[in-house]
Amino acid sequence: MNETVLAPVKPRANEPHRHAVESVVVRFAGDSGDGIQLTGGRFADTTALAGNDLATFPDFPAEIRAPTGTTFGVSAFQINFGSRGIKTAGDQPDVLVALNPAALYVNLGFLPKGGLVIIDIGTFNARNLKKAGYDGDPREDGTLKPYRVIEVDVSKQTLEAVKPLGLSQKEALRCKNFWVLGFVYWLFDRDRGPTLDWAARKFAGRPDIAEANAAALNAGHAYAETAELGEDIAYSIAPAKMDPGLYRTVTGAESLAWGLVAGSSLAGLRLFFGSYPITPASSILHILAGLKDYGVGTFQAEDEIAAVCAAIGASYAGELGVTSSSGPGVALKTEAIGLAISTELPLVIVNSQRAGPSTGMPTKTEQSDLYQSVFGRNADSPLVVIASRSPSDCFETAIEAARLAVKYMTPVILLTDGYIANAAEPWAVPDMADYAPFPVEFRTDPEGFQPFHRNETTLARNWAVPGTPGLEHRIGGIEKASESGHISYDPANHQRMTDLRAAKIAGIANDIPEQTVDAGPQSGKLAVVGWGSTYGPISRAVSNMRNRGVEVSHIHLRHIWPLPRNLGTLLAGFDNVLVPEMNHGQLVTLLRSEYLLPARPLNKVTGQPFRIAELESAISALV
Amino acid sequence: MNVPISTEQLTAKDFASDQEVRWCPGCGDYAILKAVQRTLPDLGVPKEKFVFVSGIGCAARFPYYMSTYGFHTIHGRAPAFATGIKLANPELDVWVISGDGDALSIGGNHLLHLLRRNVDVQFLLFNNEIYGLTKGQYSPTSRVGTRSPSTPGGSVDMPVAPARFALGAGARFVARGVDTDQKRLPDLFKRAHAHKGTSFVEILQNCIVYNDGVFGAITDREVATNAQIHLRHGEPLIFGEKADRGLRFNTRTFALEMVTLGEDGITEADLQVHDETNATLAGLLAVMEAPFPVAMGVIYCNPAATYDGAVQESLKPGPAADPLSINKLLRRGHTWQV
Repeated sequence: MNETVLAPVKPRANEPHRHAVESVVVRFAGDSGDGIQLTGGRFADTTALAGNDLATFPDFPAEIRAPTGTTFGVSAFQINFGSRGIKTAGDQPDVLVALNPAALYVNLGFLPKGGLVIIDIGTFNARNLKKAGYDGDPREDGTLKPYRVIEVDVSKQTLEAVKPLGLSQKEALRCKNFWVLGFVYWLFDRDRGPTLDWAARKFAGRPDIAEANAAALNAGHAYAETAELGEDIAYSIAPAKMDPGLYRTVTGAESLAWGLVAGSSLAGLRLFFGSYPITPASSILHILAGLKDYGVGTFQAEDEIAAVCAAIGASYAGELGVTSSSGPGVALKTEAIGLAISTELPLVIVNSQRAGPSTGMPTKTEQSDLYQSVFGRNADSPLVVIASRSPSDCFETAIEAARLAVKYMTPVILLTDGYIANAAEPWAVPDMADYAPFPVEFRTDPEGFQPFHRNETTLARNWAVPGTPGLEHRIGGIEKASESGHISYDPANHQRMTDLRAAKIAGIANDIPEQTVDAGPQSGKLAVVGWGSTYGPISRAVSNMRNRGVEVSHIHLRHIWPLPRNLGTLLAGFDNVLVPEMNHGQLVTLLRSEYLLPARPLNKVTGQPFRIAELESAISALV
Repeated sequence: MNVPISTEQLTAKDFASDQEVRWCPGCGDYAILKAVQRTLPDLGVPKEKFVFVSGIGCAARFPYYMSTYGFHTIHGRAPAFATGIKLANPELDVWVISGDGDALSIGGNHLLHLLRRNVDVQFLLFNNEIYGLTKGQYSPTSRVGTRSPSTPGGSVDMPVAPARFALGAGARFVARGVDTDQKRLPDLFKRAHAHKGTSFVEILQNCIVYNDGVFGAITDREVATNAQIHLRHGEPLIFGEKADRGLRFNTRTFALEMVTLGEDGITEADLQVHDETNATLAGLLAVMEAPFPVAMGVIYCNPAATYDGAVQESLKPGPAADPLSINKLLRRGHTWQV
């Protein structure tokens, strides 16, 4: 390892008075080429290691490198961390780091009056100001007056710091984000060690780059320490009280990928993952592609359709077939999902939802594929739909998806979204010994074998894989006779098979937990019912309101279809049911139609998560 | 009861399922079915290892009539299903059955990728130059001017040549046969089976209802010997009733030309010798049409690494991961104790 990288942190010569706070929200913003997401990721990792609870919200454009300095090229990363339980990435940042005028222009509106803004004045030239849409200079025209402002020429400082390493100007400027990171580490009293170690590992092949990043990080830190930044600029945040155990940070994409590996191993099957790159689902493919040691087969197909078809083929041949996409990709897979329903083969379809319709806003989050999941196929074609509520929850839901798929020989749609996929949170690492295996038993006995003979309890058919002697049989998408699986156009048989397919999925309600109330009384004035990634904001809003003495309950659904067997009765116990969703009202319609219930919608489709304040005012209006 | 049954004792009949075959009487598919059923007992593969995968169309009903494992999937996507099956279990002997609409219209993309990946399956393309199951519309292999319900004035778009498409996609085995040629078809299937990688076999198949006789000028008994040339690796390209006609490579035009042995002093030594491994020659043979003879037999056979083989090599063999081994995965990277 490089000596510079391991240099011990200097004793603090100029330790300031630190402002002790319970939680802080920081928003990093810059050009999409500035390495904002990387900066945020490092900050989150360091913060987790400091013992804070946290939630992150990466907010980036679809363009890989939009023209430099433009507003549509602005990438942002928001993190909320603190000594209390953190449920969301925060409504408003306390601190905004803006690495160019466009980043300031796009993000300043998020900052409350009196908030701290740190700007890189090295980028504040006439050209960049104009590109950002400023007529004048916001530093001079009063725009920044309501805020506390720290102006630093980050570009110049970074170039100075890395000068001894002889990098090109372009390479040197790419260390700007590490300079800023060092600066912000000082503000929040964070340890630089983990980031220095990370840089040494990440740039092992380019020791000069590793050293330059380390130099920039240390220089940013030293600058903050020695500059007279003013009173109450530096913060201290005590570690959060967390249950004892081993922790790590995890993104939704990671925990979902690992959950699929865990689920297939609990089923005693190898995992086959067929996928086609699509934002924001691709990271699951990337993670699984690196897990060959665990027997994970990944297949980057020629298109979405081939991805799901190959996964179904793998399930047919005795593996756990999984495919993953986002809404438009799932639309393409629809016909094949129908085949898996008809042939009754296990399949997990992961949908990392994004704003739509059509291409919509690929990098922005939404929950608008609930209808697509529950109803979006030709004919009567029921399947199982479950939804993850948070990054770490994806591990549990992926295992649940695998369990239901193999036990009931059915496709299962697992809903997550762009927010969950990219957001990170601390996670008490589970022990696999605590999970009950659900090993699959393939049919091997030819005696009396019929491919569509069913288990009386689950109504699942036999799973007989090719290669098994004596069980040769044919399956396909044409309607099958209820036992033999032969082609059948018999009217009574089609009625029977349609009924059986529906009954099989409906019966799963008996094999999933009853719905519990997350917070608040079991019945009463108001239940806020959510699903998916709205968990964080709803949970915080309901707990805030309850702390203010408001009688309100929070119910959060994991099982969307079939719905938990007690849900109708549970909801009937409330005077009002409010259903906040990042769509135009989908779960609310499902609940109304299933339970003839006057549930009220609360909808937001801005591509941004709910703010706690928005939910609080909606709750207030109903109690 | 799990006693593997050796196929050596089996006959063609043992590969027929108990389902009544429902193609139109006189359909070329019957002949192909018979040829496949005659081929399988000779392959030395346990019956339970065979999987027939199909998409949609008349040809796609094929798996129902085989007593092997069979998967009748969705339109055009059989190559993708076959890829998944082969990746999950490379020991399976996978045959894809497709038609010209299924393989080259709705499924053209999947066929392209199956061929370029070189997944070790047999791909039989039943080419009848028409849509049968949807009642007679023209297909992507229909010749210009084909009159059909959807082209009453005759089709105007250029057809695709299946063998040329396959070569262009990177196929390492391309062959052609005729549905009724029961003498040669089983041998062609055996060659296809012996080849490691995607074996693409185009079968000229007569649709008796919607396109009867479309290949008559090639396959009718009285013209066949002059209209077809049967390729044999290492032998000169000779055809004709009296086996006195041949193909010579013209180095100036970069093309094959027809010659007659004994005329202008031409001898066998002047003829092009068939070399299955020669991609350039394969390209010339694949597109030959009247007045040239149509090439039958193995046009191209030049094995290369298979996708499923390469994937298996990179994957740790053995059963599914032990759940407890996942603990290691979950603890990778930074962790901390509270």
